[in-house]
Amino acid sequence: MAGLVRRRARRQRVLRWVIVTVLSIVFLLPLVALLEFTTRGPGGTLTWDTWRELFDFQQLSETYPVLWTGMKASFWLVLLSVALTLVLLVPTVVWVRLRLPRLRRLVEFVCLLPLTIPAIVLVVGLAPVYAWVVYFVGGSSLTLTFAYTILALPFAYRAIDTGLSAIDVRTLAEAARSLGAGWATVMWRVVLPNIRSAVLSAAFLTVALVLGEFTIASLLNRDNVQVAINQLGKSSATISFAVSLAALVLAFVLLFLLSFAGGKRRRSRRERTTS
Amino acid sequence: MSRRRDLLGVVPFLVFVGIFLIIPTLVVAIGAFLDDQNRVTLDNVTALADGYIVQAFVRSIVLSAVTAVLGAVIGALLGYALVTARPDSVVRRVVTSACGVLAQFGGVTLAFAFMATIGLSGFVTLFLRDSLGIDIFAGGVWLYDLPGLVLVYTYFQIPLMVIVFLPALDGIRPQWREATESLGGSTWHYWRRVAGPLLAPAFIGSTLLLFANAFSAYATAAALVSQGSPIVPLQIRSALTSEVLLGRENLGKAMALGMVVVVAVVMALYATLQRRTSRWLD
Repeated sequence: MAGLVRRRARRQRVLRWVIVTVLSIVFLLPLVALLEFTTRGPGGTLTWDTWRELFDFQQLSETYPVLWTGMKASFWLVLLSVALTLVLLVPTVVWVRLRLPRLRRLVEFVCLLPLTIPAIVLVVGLAPVYAWVVYFVGGSSLTLTFAYTILALPFAYRAIDTGLSAIDVRTLAEAARSLGAGWATVMWRVVLPNIRSAVLSAAFLTVALVLGEFTIASLLNRDNVQVAINQLGKSSATISFAVSLAALVLAFVLLFLLSFAGGKRRRSRRERTTS
Repeated sequence: MSRRRDLLGVVPFLVFVGIFLIIPTLVVAIGAFLDDQNRVTLDNVTALADGYIVQAFVRSIVLSAVTAVLGAVIGALLGYALVTARPDSVVRRVVTSACGVLAQFGGVTLAFAFMATIGLSGFVTLFLRDSLGIDIFAGGVWLYDLPGLVLVYTYFQIPLMVIVFLPALDGIRPQWREATESLGGSTWHYWRRVAGPLLAPAFIGSTLLLFANAFSAYATAAALVSQGSPIVPLQIRSALTSEVLLGRENLGKAMALGMVVVVAVVMALYATLQRRTSRWLD
């Protein structure tokens, strides 16, 4: 039996490496192609000019004003969307768990609803709503924050809900309340520190989503980095390909860091259940 | 502390989703049944039976189905390879993070990546032409049309399959295999009688999710397809951006409603299968 298990483990290891290697090559090929394309110099030479240009913000903003505007908009959209998503969702989900358990199904349904409504459909319905947004707060690209918060709801909700399920919110809150803490203190100093990694993963997922969003920005005629590279793609492919690759790498780094936060959460939950 | 005061706590959230999620949904659902003067009509919905719209829906559904099945099969294989590694190993971390990026980040960036790979002056195109004398576009440039969409969509479907199917694969316990073996079953028996039936609902459910994902996708197609509007999301774009079809301003809403119906049916099936899986997963 032991020999059999060992043999199978070896066979699985070989299989694992074959599959992972083959698919890695297939999946890395388009990314390598992006890199090759952006470093292609005249007459088959290698040049890093495009990348130097990309990280020289002064020059970039002068040569490609559209791209610069888009990058700035995306930067602020990331910050605003993360802030709005967390401010809106965390207190609500905690509050519903503590005081309004009957509304839990409703809140969950609403949060997961954007999964069944494709962004291209949402944008059709958002167009008239945004006419009002322009009337009240103006037509800045940063108003996309509202739409992005909706898009982020399912992912952020799941992350926060998983985090809250791992702790006993009710007991923690009651303990804090009986020691004289107000609701703000309960939220900020008791609940939040306990779901830090869940909040972090909700934030990271929102960042990745906002960085990659194209549909709504493009069809509502707003600027963000994806709209900019799509526009530039026709005239100056090299720089927009470079931005694409940089954005992909940035998103990968974010999610890779996130995998450590998630791992810690899983481990600590297992410790709790065994102890 | 009265219940009424408790309810105040969820008001900001409900007002926000009311304005930016519920109202847009209602605009689509109701607008599909209104004409330009806001009178009730079935014209928009019956217009969905027009040849070009039916074709767009058929193409969208075929594209989604083909890439969902391809993505599901290859993704499940990659998922299985990953499960045999330890959960906190570096391979697994790197692959799942990469899958997260490629599955959800997609859009314009992926379209560009494929232009750089197999576009007219792409890396692979030039290599095949100059070194091996193979012209992949001998029969016409297919990258910027439906075949190109199948390729790029499959590229983001495989990683999504890994992400959604991995939890089910993780739920498979090695003891089940040992039990099969101690009862004299072979590897074939194990997959055919134990793991297969247990994983089947999760596999079909994940495939449905992949279908919905491809069906809803817009950015990749918008960046890649240069001529015409072969699929529904691109038809909606042209309904939104062009003024050609006068008197049919709400046709886009009817198409959008059609998309919601397809996605909702698929997601309802997915939820049912997911419930079946969760019975033994935890």
